[in-house]
Amino acid sequence: MGRIGDTFTKLQQKNEKALIPFLMAGDPNLELTKELVLTAEENGADLLELGIPYSAPLADGPTIQKAAQRSLAQGTNLTAIFKLVEDIREESELPLILMGYYNSIFSFGLEKFVKRCAEAGVDGVIIPDLPPEEGAELQELSTELDIILLLASTSNQTRIEKVTDLSSGFIYAVSTPGVTGARAELSTEVKKTVTKIKDIKDIPVAVGFGISSPTHAQQIGEFADGIIVGSAIIERIEKNLDLLERDKEELIAKVSDFISSLKEPLTKL
Amino acid sequence: MSKGKFGEFGGTYVPELLIPALEELAEAYDKYKEDQEFQDEFRYYLKEYVGRANPLYYAERLTKKLGGAKIYLKREDLNHMGAHKINNTLGQVLLAKRMGKEKVIAETGAGQHGVATATVAAMFGMDCEIFMGAEDVERQALNVFRMRLLGAEVRSITDGTATLTDAVDAAIKHWVENSEDTFYLLGSVVGPHPYPTMVRDFQSVIGEEAREQILAAEERLPDYLVACIGGGSNAIGLFHPFIDDEDVKMVGVEAAGLGVDTDKHAATLTKGEKGIIHGYKSYVLQDDDGQIMPVHSISAGLDYPGVGPEHSHLRDSGRAQYEAVTDQQALKAFQLLSEVEGIIPALESSHAIAYAQQLAPQLEQDQIIIVNLSGRGDKDVYSVADQLGVEI
Repeated sequence: MGRIGDTFTKLQQKNEKALIPFLMAGDPNLELTKELVLTAEENGADLLELGIPYSAPLADGPTIQKAAQRSLAQGTNLTAIFKLVEDIREESELPLILMGYYNSIFSFGLEKFVKRCAEAGVDGVIIPDLPPEEGAELQELSTELDIILLLASTSNQTRIEKVTDLSSGFIYAVSTPGVTGARAELSTEVKKTVTKIKDIKDIPVAVGFGISSPTHAQQIGEFADGIIVGSAIIERIEKNLDLLERDKEELIAKVSDFISSLKEPLTKL
Repeated sequence: MSKGKFGEFGGTYVPELLIPALEELAEAYDKYKEDQEFQDEFRYYLKEYVGRANPLYYAERLTKKLGGAKIYLKREDLNHMGAHKINNTLGQVLLAKRMGKEKVIAETGAGQHGVATATVAAMFGMDCEIFMGAEDVERQALNVFRMRLLGAEVRSITDGTATLTDAVDAAIKHWVENSEDTFYLLGSVVGPHPYPTMVRDFQSVIGEEAREQILAAEERLPDYLVACIGGGSNAIGLFHPFIDDEDVKMVGVEAAGLGVDTDKHAATLTKGEKGIIHGYKSYVLQDDDGQIMPVHSISAGLDYPGVGPEHSHLRDSGRAQYEAVTDQQALKAFQLLSEVEGIIPALESSHAIAYAQQLAPQLEQDQIIIVNLSGRGDKDVYSVADQLGVEI
């Protein structure tokens, strides 16, 4: 078992749920991303998703789309992101998951991508526009790399069985139909999907999309093994971008305070 | 097992949330494709509402002027609302009704597909929302007004380059959230399965008619089929019924914009690399990191960085060839056809005319070219006047 599986096992033993923050690599620059990753770990992140910026992100709402644009404006690409992961790995064993669109990976080359993931220390990959039907080639190449697939509250039983069978590391259950983005109200409809997955296979299930407050974290933490929070964290980066030059530490503190507030309810379940 | 492949191209590269909606659509299409009542209804409205069959017109003056092969024009510009787009929107709206959907959404570039969607939505009393790049909203004010007249809501998209590709993204995202009661009426042979197959089937009426008409007029098949390509629906509609006629050469004409060696063109099959865009694998105009590149064409309908996956397959298999003509060549063809035949073609179709202009003189006088005149040019007169330095 890799870092991802180990982490979920350890959390289970402690009766804790996983906090999985999402950061867009290179938003607003790669140096800051590295600092944000390391402080996120200190403040309760158990695993971390790093976004590969893409120009046409079909599954993302405006917050993450804008973060991708800020990152692309810096010229961020996969080559630079692997270098970032290598830098992080010098200081941290935090499980790292790359989240990106298939064209970025296809264009980089599947074999090269899998090889670089292993060399740099990437543990898993989430590709929202690569359903299992199209993912056979990557599945075959990825013996070490966890391929984390997505399921939704609208997925039917056949679909749940198929995706659960092919997913490794954990399953990403989408809380609400739509694209990523912070939401005021969160449906717990996805709980049924989590239960169905657990009936099929003993695999951790993390829920994402829309989670934006400690209250949400608490609600989802009741039934899922982890929560994924992206847009709500990125909103805090976006809102405080003016601090980047003036008071970088303050910017990092605003993000890490929020991260630690999300972790708190996940330790008391 | 992956479905909807053309060689290695096509497929279903979409977020999991869209899978149930696409499966529902594919299932419904498979069912009604074979349903005689559905097909009869489709044919009935093509005849009575669209006005088909439209003529395959022998362009005698153009032929004489170019001094080579005989040129026939397939007059899709004479369809109700002035373009080939309605063949597809009619087919899809009939399917949407049978699937019990109440709303249709669509993306549009030139506005032709938006108008064609708003038209059939009005006719069948369905709610309609059109996603259009902000830049296109500006370039195609006339079509925007048409859509609003037809009762559609036009949503102007300012993301990215604010053109067709961004409108597609926005429409797909909207569909992800609303697929239960909403039918996404995609306008070309692009997108995830089953769209490339379904849209091709609805557009194949173009080639079916042309084949019969040319056999009636000349008692033989044509030597060349020429059609412009953005996503590629009018081209595949003309080509498909001739695919097994190996002596019929097929040429798709892309937009070279300011030139294929500049960074302002939309010649996907000429300059693109294999990639994934809008849910399907095909040739794509992208940079070294796989980011979709901004594209340019004088014609909003060809301004698209992807291309229908079946065209990518036809290119790689050698069954069809793909050429590119520039904005300037298309403009000249626009004027030529207006002056010589009294037909004002759409700027999109003018690309096909421009290529036929190069091709015809190289051929013998007993050879035959069919050019798909995919739409009429009324919508383009303002931008053409602007290009020619004329104030209206």
